[in-house]
Amino acid sequence: MYQKVTITKGIDWVLIMLYLLLVIIGLISIFSVEFKPGDDFFDNLFAFQKNYSKQVIYFGVCVVIAVLILLTDSKFFTATANLFYAFGILLMIFTFIAGKTVNGSKSWIPLGFINLQPVETAKIFTALALSKYLSINDINLKKPRTQLIAAGISFLPIVFSILQNETGLALVYFSFLLPMYREGLPPVYLIIGASLAVLLIVTLLLTTSTLIICISAVAVAAVYFMRRRLKRDKQPLLIILLLWGAAVLFAGVAVPFLFKSVFQKYQADRIFSMVGRDNPFETADTTVNISTVKKKPVENYNVKQSKIAIGSGGFSGKGFLKGTQTQGDFVPEQHTDFIFTSVGENFGFIGSTVVVLLYGLLLFRIIFIAERQRSTFSRVYAYSVAGILFFHVFINIGMTIGLAPVIGITLPLMSYGGSSLLTFTILFFILIKLDADRQLVLR
Amino acid sequence: MPSFNQSRKNVVRLVFFTVIIILIARLFSLQVITSKYKILAEDQGTFRKVVYPDRGLIFDRKKRTILQNTIIYDLMVVPSKIKGTDTATLCKILDIDSAEFHKRIITAILKNRSYRPSVFEALLSDEKMAKINENLYKFAPGYYLQERPVRDYPYDAAGNILGYLSEVDTNFLKKHEGEGYVSGDYAGKTGLENSYEKVLMGQRGIEYLKRDNKNRITGKLENGIYDTMAVAGQNLYSSIDIELQELGEKLMQNKVGAVVAIDPKTGGILAMVSAPTYKPRLLTGAERKKHYVDLLLDPRIPFLNRTVGAYYAPGSTFKTLQALVGLSEGVVDANTTVVCRGAFYGCGRPMKCLDPGVWALKGAITHSCNTYFAVVMQKVINNPKYPGVDSSINHWAHYMNAFGLGKKLGVDVPSEKPGKIPTAATYNKIYGEGHWNFCTFRSVSIGQGEVQTTPLQVANEMAYIANKGYYITPHVIDSIEGGDKFGLLEQYKVRHTALNIPDSIFEAVHDGMQGVMESGTGRYAKVPGIVVCGKTGTVENAYKGVKQKDHAFFAAFAPRDNPKIAIAVICENAGFGSSSAAPIASLMIEKYLKDSIEGKERKAKVEQLSNLDLMPLRIKVAMRTQDSLRHRKDTAYLIEKGFIKIIADTIGIEENEETDVAELKRENNKKEKQKDSVKVNAILPQQERRTEADSVKRD
Repeated sequence: MYQKVTITKGIDWVLIMLYLLLVIIGLISIFSVEFKPGDDFFDNLFAFQKNYSKQVIYFGVCVVIAVLILLTDSKFFTATANLFYAFGILLMIFTFIAGKTVNGSKSWIPLGFINLQPVETAKIFTALALSKYLSINDINLKKPRTQLIAAGISFLPIVFSILQNETGLALVYFSFLLPMYREGLPPVYLIIGASLAVLLIVTLLLTTSTLIICISAVAVAAVYFMRRRLKRDKQPLLIILLLWGAAVLFAGVAVPFLFKSVFQKYQADRIFSMVGRDNPFETADTTVNISTVKKKPVENYNVKQSKIAIGSGGFSGKGFLKGTQTQGDFVPEQHTDFIFTSVGENFGFIGSTVVVLLYGLLLFRIIFIAERQRSTFSRVYAYSVAGILFFHVFINIGMTIGLAPVIGITLPLMSYGGSSLLTFTILFFILIKLDADRQLVLR
Repeated sequence: MPSFNQSRKNVVRLVFFTVIIILIARLFSLQVITSKYKILAEDQGTFRKVVYPDRGLIFDRKKRTILQNTIIYDLMVVPSKIKGTDTATLCKILDIDSAEFHKRIITAILKNRSYRPSVFEALLSDEKMAKINENLYKFAPGYYLQERPVRDYPYDAAGNILGYLSEVDTNFLKKHEGEGYVSGDYAGKTGLENSYEKVLMGQRGIEYLKRDNKNRITGKLENGIYDTMAVAGQNLYSSIDIELQELGEKLMQNKVGAVVAIDPKTGGILAMVSAPTYKPRLLTGAERKKHYVDLLLDPRIPFLNRTVGAYYAPGSTFKTLQALVGLSEGVVDANTTVVCRGAFYGCGRPMKCLDPGVWALKGAITHSCNTYFAVVMQKVINNPKYPGVDSSINHWAHYMNAFGLGKKLGVDVPSEKPGKIPTAATYNKIYGEGHWNFCTFRSVSIGQGEVQTTPLQVANEMAYIANKGYYITPHVIDSIEGGDKFGLLEQYKVRHTALNIPDSIFEAVHDGMQGVMESGTGRYAKVPGIVVCGKTGTVENAYKGVKQKDHAFFAAFAPRDNPKIAIAVICENAGFGSSSAAPIASLMIEKYLKDSIEGKERKAKVEQLSNLDLMPLRIKVAMRTQDSLRHRKDTAYLIEKGFIKIIADTIGIEENEETDVAELKRENNKKEKQKDSVKVNAILPQQERRTEADSVKRD
């Protein structure tokens, strides 16, 4: 009796309902991708040969683990945060020894029934470790030393991730900037980081000359709007000029140099295919034919098919199991990274908006939960979860509709795959457990 | 610890909110505003399949099927599934070597990818089909048999009338845009298949199917709610008597010429034999292409439908019409007599006549007296009623046009030619204005010279005489099952009665024609128990300026009192009409009116006539040349010189079968260098000629 009360006491039912809703929508979507007219639904469900039936098992495992987490004392997480972090790093190192290669990245550890991706699960440990560090009394993120340690904790997995050829997952770790910002990291870092990221992506998306014109236009606009202030003080003009010069150098010289001389051709191609473009800096055999270099950005196959599937859904969609693109297997990796296309085609604008809004509600609920915590540990952890979730959702949905580069990260809770589902389940339920004990002050 | 950065939560919320709005806005533009992706999705995700309906059938006048559909099989292959099949057995059955096998598989992969079916061998012969079917388990699932509907001719006759189908080419597609044809379709190219294409093809249906990323069909779209049903082609009921047609084809074996029989009451064509003809089954089935090229290069030009597409001077059969003109113009009456002293002396140089005596109309027709008809026409031309020869000959031509000569009759068999009736303009062009008179063209009076008719026109003119003053446009198709939606048959209900010639005049002509059969030149064409009115004709002709043996002509109708059949028979270079054309007509009349040939003697006559070889020598020579070892080289030469084009134009085929010719061309390119200048006489139909008949034999 006592046990039961502790499990359900104080837990946030809204969060659990949203979690269940998204998992169920995910299962339906995976089912719609795989199910062909004439298949025997029950046979397949219990034969566990199909992805949707496997996903049901993963979900079962997740439920068990969720219950276990709710049964755990909250203090356990604070106590073992650093230990787990170390364990996560060790797992990533272990991957180099006993890893399994899937889709060109050696980042998986086979555990028999499930393949574990340490870079994925290390998100949990990193979130806990960062929370632990930032909950130390009188910590001040305005101090460079604190900043350095926090960044070290957050970004160490990136190194392993890149070495394992999982660039997409590496980028997720930048979402830890969100809790850091909330805890007092000066916004200038974020602004500089965001600017660089935007500049980098824009550099990849636009041709060099277009980009330089754009940058110049921005600079001229800035001068124009600051003209009164510039009359009194010439210093901002200098800063604008310097920034402008740096940006032009970056876009016009550094990036082409990087792609022409530093990267191998295949690396450059891979980076450009992320944004759905052919490599415009192809110089390896210019002697052969210059005219083959395409000026116009050409969409890559995945993004094109994904946009066709979603776009053809229309306002209300083609109906469940009636999507021609989904049924015809036109979208590659539709059950994993591109699961959102199935929603978009079958249920149209209404369906996809509902899903986006559900993720939105989830994000706002997590922020709401974060802000009601008494302990910094819980708050930082909640913000970490929000950051990871936000990054995943934005990049994943963005890439299916041509707004973000294709970097191979999953749509939380919906994409097929045990590793991803398990990771987010653990992330959420630790949060729910911490929230249930929000009256405690945890360190 | 209360946080001093609490306000930052609002910044975070704002960022989240903004991003969510951006995502939704983008989804809105992608899914609701833009229609581009819907079109793209339809293009790649669905497949519009055309369902071909059964083509219409054609029946003869006794409702016997003379053109129907049957199934022939194609051997299909899916290259990705052929691993482990018994290739050796397959090659043995199909009689190909492994190099050819690999070539075909590679072609299939290049054409349709390895996971989609391609044709491995089209149109299997019955024998191959049986062997493959027996061993199909050895070849499955990489190979399978696929049905393909083709045309079938239960009687293997009437090829020239029915015509054949062929794959449509770009010209056809351009001409018939918007009628639902796509490249690869088959359409009627000649004969009735061509004239009634619209009716026979039916209405194509459309099925919407789902397609996957490898272009495989995965099922019906939305269970077929957008599909439209195919409607089968309409059946045609013709006036052909297929047994009569078969008899005609049999009788015309080994001869060059034509037979046309018409029901005068309806204008319905009973038989239409062009000789030499071809067996229509040759143009369906596995060997179609080979047969097609062989037939196209045959010096006998079997594709030429001589009944509507070849010109013959009508000869003495024309005299009946001359009589009608003379009588209705009033220059002679039934009792006017003309004295013949062995020749027509009206124009200085005598025109021979072999029947000296005094002839009135009846006797003149019966004995085919040249002098009589020369005098009659002279009177018509020099009639003081008209200001000059110009207007009188035009008036004469007007009569002839009313009889259905000198213009296209409008029969429903394609490639009809108009024939020629001279007018003032014709002679002005040849001799200059004022430099000609009746004597210049006196041979026209006996059906030679500038008069050119098709056998159909001669048969139709017999129908006109039989009906005493009208004819109905001759046609093969009487009715269309389910209604004549395109008004194709309207023109075949029109009675042509341009001139009001009194019955008495026709009676006089009938008397003369009956006399032909009883005491005149048509004695050999008597039909036991039936009163036949007929007229023989012997037509002088020349080929490339060299005088040839005369053509034998015979035209008749029967029975006199209630005409049921009007017939014209021409045998090229057969000499006297009485030994070939007349007996052929007589047997045809007997067959049609009595439904069979009775009596031993008559049956023997059928055999005798069908064995009679009247093939002109020049054609035999040409055939021998072509059969010789030089055959291929000659073919190359013909192709190079564009002869095939000439032949095709002559036959009146609308479009050349480009592919076949191109293929042959390629095949022969290599041998080109060895070619010497051997020239094959491609026998073209009667050349234009203007020989004055100096002497006309009595026929």
